[in-house]
Amino acid sequence: MRVVEKRQLLSAEEIGRTLSRLAHEIVEKSGGAKDLALIGVRRRGVPLSERLAKQIRGFAHADVPVGTLDITLYRDDLSTIGQQPVVQSTQIDFPVDNRELVIVDDVLYTGRTIRAAMNGLFDLGRPRRIQLCVLIDRGHRELPVEASFIGRSVQTSDTEIVEVRLQEIDGEERVVLVDRVP
Amino acid sequence: MLQRLSHLLGTETLSSEQIAFILDQAKPFQEFQRHPLKKLATLRGKTVALAFFESSTRTRISFSTAAARLGADTMALQAESSSLKKGESLIDTVRTLEAMRPDGIVIRHASSGAPEFVARRLEIPVINAGDGTHEHPTQALLDALTIRDRKGKLEGWNVTILGDILHSRVARSNIHLLSKFGVRITLCGPAMWVPRELEKLAANVRVVHRIDEALDGADVVMVLRVQTERIHEPALAPDEYIAGYQLTPARLRLARPDALVLHPGPIVRGLEIDSAVADGPQSGVLEQVTNGLAIRMALLYYLIGGAAADAPHPAKDRSNASD
Repeated sequence: MRVVEKRQLLSAEEIGRTLSRLAHEIVEKSGGAKDLALIGVRRRGVPLSERLAKQIRGFAHADVPVGTLDITLYRDDLSTIGQQPVVQSTQIDFPVDNRELVIVDDVLYTGRTIRAAMNGLFDLGRPRRIQLCVLIDRGHRELPVEASFIGRSVQTSDTEIVEVRLQEIDGEERVVLVDRVP
Repeated sequence: MLQRLSHLLGTETLSSEQIAFILDQAKPFQEFQRHPLKKLATLRGKTVALAFFESSTRTRISFSTAAARLGADTMALQAESSSLKKGESLIDTVRTLEAMRPDGIVIRHASSGAPEFVARRLEIPVINAGDGTHEHPTQALLDALTIRDRKGKLEGWNVTILGDILHSRVARSNIHLLSKFGVRITLCGPAMWVPRELEKLAANVRVVHRIDEALDGADVVMVLRVQTERIHEPALAPDEYIAGYQLTPARLRLARPDALVLHPGPIVRGLEIDSAVADGPQSGVLEQVTNGLAIRMALLYYLIGGAAADAPHPAKDRSNASD
């Protein structure tokens, strides 16, 4: 099996512009930044949530708390995997009760990660509302999960993979569509 | 590459990489103990057999709580009420338990080597919760986690272990674990409990019989309980032990000012340790208890969280995915 790059979905500049738009939408639709908090899903939701918080600080002059969520313990496929994924730390150092939470992830696909993330958040308290922000929505949902804030929607086939590459993790900044060919 | 574990039988056979991995995996479970809702569904549908052939309170409660918080069910066998009293052999008892299809078994037994004997005969993961005077690996792992948390790292400290080393599985597991991290270990206690031969147990171990010398420069002091139930020869009179080896505030001042004091419990106040030390700022005793839950949750997740050995693995190829 080989992996070939088919096309670029977003350039570095487009990622920057998209995040700026998403930050404005989040504040607008959450009735300001007052009770807002962002939850980055490991791994690539984490730098995205930090960048969104920085943007919001810039134009709304509000410090929005940012937490990090590891969904490993909430996955629904552990009993079918021979060797379990490594558990990483969840760091949400503020009470989630009555907050306007926005889960931030790079790609929305089956919806299972977001289901797991919501379960994880419920264990920490009772948020007033949970919304979802993703950089890419690639379709193929297996659960009734939809995002409130979408950077770009992309039509994909199920052999294709959307790779979000971020400076903080991958050392480069772009989103590409790759395909697996036999 | 990390060698995957099928059982946890002791610390002697673990590599330093495996130990570091388990300690790292305990970290998210330490955070979990502070959650308002302490119940996961991660191991829902799994069953952990708790086979305590020797009485135990804290270790048994810790394992059953760890299993419950992961969502697993437990079935418990207790020494006092078990069929062992009716003469059933160890292997027949565990085979009976196995026939109820648990996904893992936690064993405590008065005979050294019993968990390994069972592991060779069963298909499911076996966790040693203390076997005779041999090993008590989860205790050593939780001690290592407490040292790493309180002192920032595990490597390079001077650790003094006080008490009946000869009969202590806690000491043995700690000695094996710590020596793999370049820790200098000093064993101290009455000569009949701390024979010179213990220096051969692992690298960097020395035996000292004078407590003042043993405590000088110690970064960590582990105090063992005086185990009257495991000692067959005439024991030392309590006042003699207190005079020679009790950890008092005055003696603790011989160690480094920031020395950490650990005790595996249960504590006998006024015998091996003075209350002022046990309750003092240098004591890590209660953190040890909380860390024990994290270590045991991490191990149960790691050893029984995946698919059973004989189950089909429809998604096995996905286990190598990076995210």
